[in-house]
Amino acid sequence: MASTSASEELWVLGIHMTKFGKHPDKDIVDLASEAVRGALADGGVTMKDIGIIGAGNLMMAMAPTGQMVQKQLGQTGIPVYNVSNACATGATALRVACMAIKAGETDMGLAFGVEKLSGAGLLAGGSRQGDTNTWTPSGRYGSVAAVDGRIGTEIMPGVFAQIGMEYGHKYGGTSFELFAKISEKNHSHSTLNPLAAYTKKMTLEEIMGDVMIAYPNTRPMCSANCDGAAAAVVVSGSKLKTLSLEQQKRAVKISASVLTTDPWEEACQILPDVNTLTRNAAAQAYEQAGVGPQDLNLVELHDCFATAELVHYDNLGLCERGGAVDFFKSGATWRDGTTPVNVSGGLESKGHPIAATGIANVWEVATHLRGEAGDRQIEGAKVGLTHVIGLGSACGVHILEKSAA
Amino acid sequence: MAQQIPLVDYLVLGDDPHLVANECASCGARYFDRRNACASCEGTEFTKADVSRTGEVRAFTIVAFAAPGIPVPFVAAVVDCEGTSVRANLVNVPADPEHVSLGMKVRLVTEVIGSDDNGTEAVGFGFEPLGG
Repeated sequence: MASTSASEELWVLGIHMTKFGKHPDKDIVDLASEAVRGALADGGVTMKDIGIIGAGNLMMAMAPTGQMVQKQLGQTGIPVYNVSNACATGATALRVACMAIKAGETDMGLAFGVEKLSGAGLLAGGSRQGDTNTWTPSGRYGSVAAVDGRIGTEIMPGVFAQIGMEYGHKYGGTSFELFAKISEKNHSHSTLNPLAAYTKKMTLEEIMGDVMIAYPNTRPMCSANCDGAAAAVVVSGSKLKTLSLEQQKRAVKISASVLTTDPWEEACQILPDVNTLTRNAAAQAYEQAGVGPQDLNLVELHDCFATAELVHYDNLGLCERGGAVDFFKSGATWRDGTTPVNVSGGLESKGHPIAATGIANVWEVATHLRGEAGDRQIEGAKVGLTHVIGLGSACGVHILEKSAA
Repeated sequence: MAQQIPLVDYLVLGDDPHLVANECASCGARYFDRRNACASCEGTEFTKADVSRTGEVRAFTIVAFAAPGIPVPFVAAVVDCEGTSVRANLVNVPADPEHVSLGMKVRLVTEVIGSDDNGTEAVGFGFEPLGG
């Protein structure tokens, strides 16, 4: 499946993320502008150098977000692709820039993702409109009344809780406490990340004793709704060679860029199958990059809920099949472990401004590869992987490598 | 007895209430919604297939926080009905992790969810623990 026809290399030239959290005085254009200007400055380029824009936003997906940002920062007439792909929106915007360069349409592209989500609460479920006065079957299930809460649950914390529980049923070893310990790790990691929405260390007791949302996910085990943006300038390998040595040194190689959807599996339309498409994306990415899971110095994966992080250890091949519980218990995924996962604090504490997430995780890895991660630097990091899942479903995986320049 | 109507069209009422799937005539993939084609093999012929009334809990969550109007807590689950996965609530069992477990054997039951202005009852379904 991996394309090898286009031999052009892809590099991150500049990248930036805003602080994640509450930004009541900024709209999505302000947040996106901050990220885009940051990425352009980081790469030493301007809007005039950019040949294409992939603009990601979910909650205002009808808006021409890319053009709104152009109208503040630079209207150069280049094509804009406004994309919306659930929680994989940011990764999808990045793929747009990558594909355009691979296709030879431009040698430099910009991707950004922006979201305002502070105080948003549950993002799905409750499609239950008022029941009518006369039962009338409607929709694809011929339902006479709303089904959320009557036939299972539509809310994300409940859906992803079941995904973690299903793994436990298949392989054993899971428990409320185990999932809470994953959250404890990420909240601990976040204390070193000044851009995280929440940077408070939480004890296991605090996590397990917090408000239950959907067992076994308590509130701190759920991704944090917040505001934020991230942007990246992607450049072709040939163009990069014409730039300054300083730009070449700080550039980070995108050695794999993959987007998949969920192939049909039994039950995939009953409970979303977030596993198969992640396994497929990871396999394609490792092949494209010519690296394996054992080569990864850090991983930023989609811990939208603590129950989700566990299954992705397995899906990304970080452990042997069925071995995610033992892998976590070994301490491997803590920042001092063999495969540090979510040293940013992850979605549970760094926050999850949906469309920004798939570029913010690339920023996190790129910052470590550049050796610029400050107190939370993973020493000597050379290769890292980012992963997002959007229900529906879409999975984005990127593998990044430190420049040899 | 009041007139009854199923909550969803894949629930068959009567003396032996059960679920019925749209089964792809070509590859056997099963679906509960109205189909345009088979997502597995692209076939367009479907037959009706009765789904086993018993199964085991493959995944569950106890929803404690839901949209307004939805009574909580409740147990949402995926039940493996002899090879066909079904989304449903677990009923007639306390909604706590001491009483619900992975692999638990369950059976389909129906329950009236309300009546409309004509007195017609809408009937939903759930799964309850089998035996003791």
